[in-house]
Amino acid sequence: MSGGAAKIPVRVAEVTEVNALIRRIRFVRRDGGPMPAFSGGAHTVVEMDDHGTRRLNPYSLMGDPADTTGYSISVRRDDAGRGGSLYLHRHVVPGMDMVISHPVNLFALDLRAKKHLMIAGGIGITPFLAQIAQLAALGGRFELHYATRNPALCAYGDELTARYGGRVHLYHDDAGQMITLPALLAGQPLGTHLYVCGPKGMIRWVRSTADSAGWPRAAVHHEEFLAPPPGKAFDVTLAASGKTLTVGTHQSLLEAIEAAGVDAPYLCRGGACGQCETDVLGCDGTIRHNDHWLTEAQKASGQKIMPCVSRFEGRSLVLDR
Amino acid sequence: MGLTFKDETFREDFTFFNSPAAIRRFPFPFPEDSYMYSVNMEPHVPGRPGSVFEKTFDVDEHYVAEMRERARVLAEDPLRCQSLPHMTLAGWDLLELIMEAKAREYPDWFSLQRDGNRWHWINRPLEIEQTFTFLDETTLPCGPMEYITRQTQGDFSLQDQRNDNLWMDAGMVTTQADWSLDFDLGMNFFEWHAPVPLAHEKQIFTRALKFLMNVQHGAPARRFNWTMTIDPLLDTSPENYPKWGPSRATLTPENVGRRMHLRVELQTFFRLPRSNALAFPIRCYLIRFEELATQPKWARRLHRVIRDLPDELAAYKGFLRNKPIMVDYLAQFDDGTPTSPGWWAD
Ligand code: HEM
Ligand code: FES
Repeated sequence: MSGGAAKIPVRVAEVTEVNALIRRIRFVRRDGGPMPAFSGGAHTVVEMDDHGTRRLNPYSLMGDPADTTGYSISVRRDDAGRGGSLYLHRHVVPGMDMVISHPVNLFALDLRAKKHLMIAGGIGITPFLAQIAQLAALGGRFELHYATRNPALCAYGDELTARYGGRVHLYHDDAGQMITLPALLAGQPLGTHLYVCGPKGMIRWVRSTADSAGWPRAAVHHEEFLAPPPGKAFDVTLAASGKTLTVGTHQSLLEAIEAAGVDAPYLCRGGACGQCETDVLGCDGTIRHNDHWLTEAQKASGQKIMPCVSRFEGRSLVLDR
Repeated sequence: MGLTFKDETFREDFTFFNSPAAIRRFPFPFPEDSYMYSVNMEPHVPGRPGSVFEKTFDVDEHYVAEMRERARVLAEDPLRCQSLPHMTLAGWDLLELIMEAKAREYPDWFSLQRDGNRWHWINRPLEIEQTFTFLDETTLPCGPMEYITRQTQGDFSLQDQRNDNLWMDAGMVTTQADWSLDFDLGMNFFEWHAPVPLAHEKQIFTRALKFLMNVQHGAPARRFNWTMTIDPLLDTSPENYPKWGPSRATLTPENVGRRMHLRVELQTFFRLPRSNALAFPIRCYLIRFEELATQPKWARRLHRVIRDLPDELAAYKGFLRNKPIMVDYLAQFDDGTPTSPGWWAD
């Protein structure tokens, strides 16, 4: 949503097949330096050039947040998905150069919690691996309930059990094991925070069960990835300067205007300050408003655009610039 | 580095002043001849060499004296530094950010050696040397936030980010423009901004909050704020209002040039990596009107800004009653010629 997190040039150090569906990829910095530390629950956005299509997919960082020698992600192959996971499964090999973002956390621990109760489904285990490492180091209290289809697909289950024993509870669908959520929630001490990451249905189930049990909204957390900023190229005509240009997948509209040598005002480059507000003279298509500046009515009118964060999809866009 | 740290005071005899070099690099905050609140934020990227934007945390000639002043304020009122228990990790984040930046950017004055979690820190201007274990509070003389902010100019608040808001859950606040950490601790972004006039109606805070929640690690931001202070007093706190408030009734046309100071805050915003908290350093720069008047463009512009400032803002900033004296004084420097765009001196 913002102009984009700062980027880290990395090299793939290791690729490990964890099970039939999941592979783990470890990145280290190309310049050999340390990675930024991160907070449990953070993700990185992995940039992929998938045979001409640019993909930007977020993956939870699963390592120990205090380990700055490298970042690890686990990728579940999604044969029906948009292709990012297939690319990472088929084309990524050790030694390959890639670019990832600085860590961003949209699923942070509430460090005021007296206890952290974690519900994971399938690949949703990954942010919890980092959170648990962080809590273990800080002496925080946690309990994990982790459901997968069967033991073969229960990634990292054995490691977790070996290290944390009774704080880890595993469930296998094929064996008919189910998390008995209402009882689990009813038995928690005051000040417990609940975290869920997994398939959409599981998130809905956990949130609604907690809701009906009277849990405060602010004590129930779920991972919510922002849609990756739409990165399709598009054309724009600048009426005042008489130029037509293409905004590339890697560029913002503002950057493209600047690259064309046209002076455009800006300040925050994050959709908040209002400086770059620009009149739209013609629009045959849809403006993707990603800013916090324009009112809903202004966005709907299609007469204004904030070039630092917003984009366009359609046939033609003409700006007063 | 050819900088000497001045021996000066910010109370009683007020020996503080700016050297000619410090005047030239002063962060004059007005890019145009008028002022109104806005979402004036931009990326905190290194600026012109020599300017206060050159380094991540600017260290200037007032460094040692400001740190001495901070120690005195804390000795009188320990509640100026507070950290709720869940913010200790953010304090370590801040310590790491500042130590790394200072050691990298001012290698003659600061050094940091890391051997795993065993860290060795040297602060030459303050003659401090410390070996400690990162993330182990028992190895420092005080908490990590307090430790590093006793060695860094400017106030600091640390915001926890949760429930779609920012919460001021820790801070070191001894050089503030009339607000209180003890009062604001635990408040959210809208609560601590409640006293500010006009800005809520202009949707400034809703937009600013969204921007701040999205500030990402590795991409800090900055903005300016400003006010006016009589005498170079760093600690204009509500706690001490009885001590400094009455000075407002002592300003005269004869002493305004010497006693009135433009007070500029360079505010920066950093996402902290381990805690996901947002650090908010507020660096205060003072310049007396006489010093400012040595730069003709600034004096002309300041005259116009103050003359045309809405009364609500002058009242909130605490100089409404003295505004006529200030405007009269500044008018002598304003011949009506245009000012060049931007804030740099001509
Ligand atoms: C975490 C970040 C921030 C913190 C901790 C913070 C804190 C404060 C505090 C304590 C005050 C004094 C309120 C009083 O009278 O008691 C203040 C004033 C104010 N803040 Fe913020 N602030 C933050 C970010 C921002 C941002 C991003 C903006 C705007 C873009 C902003 C705009 C203002 C304005 C306009 C005032 C009035 C200042 C004056 O006229 O002197 N603040 N802020
Ligand atoms: S540059 Fe601030 S909204 Fe676009």
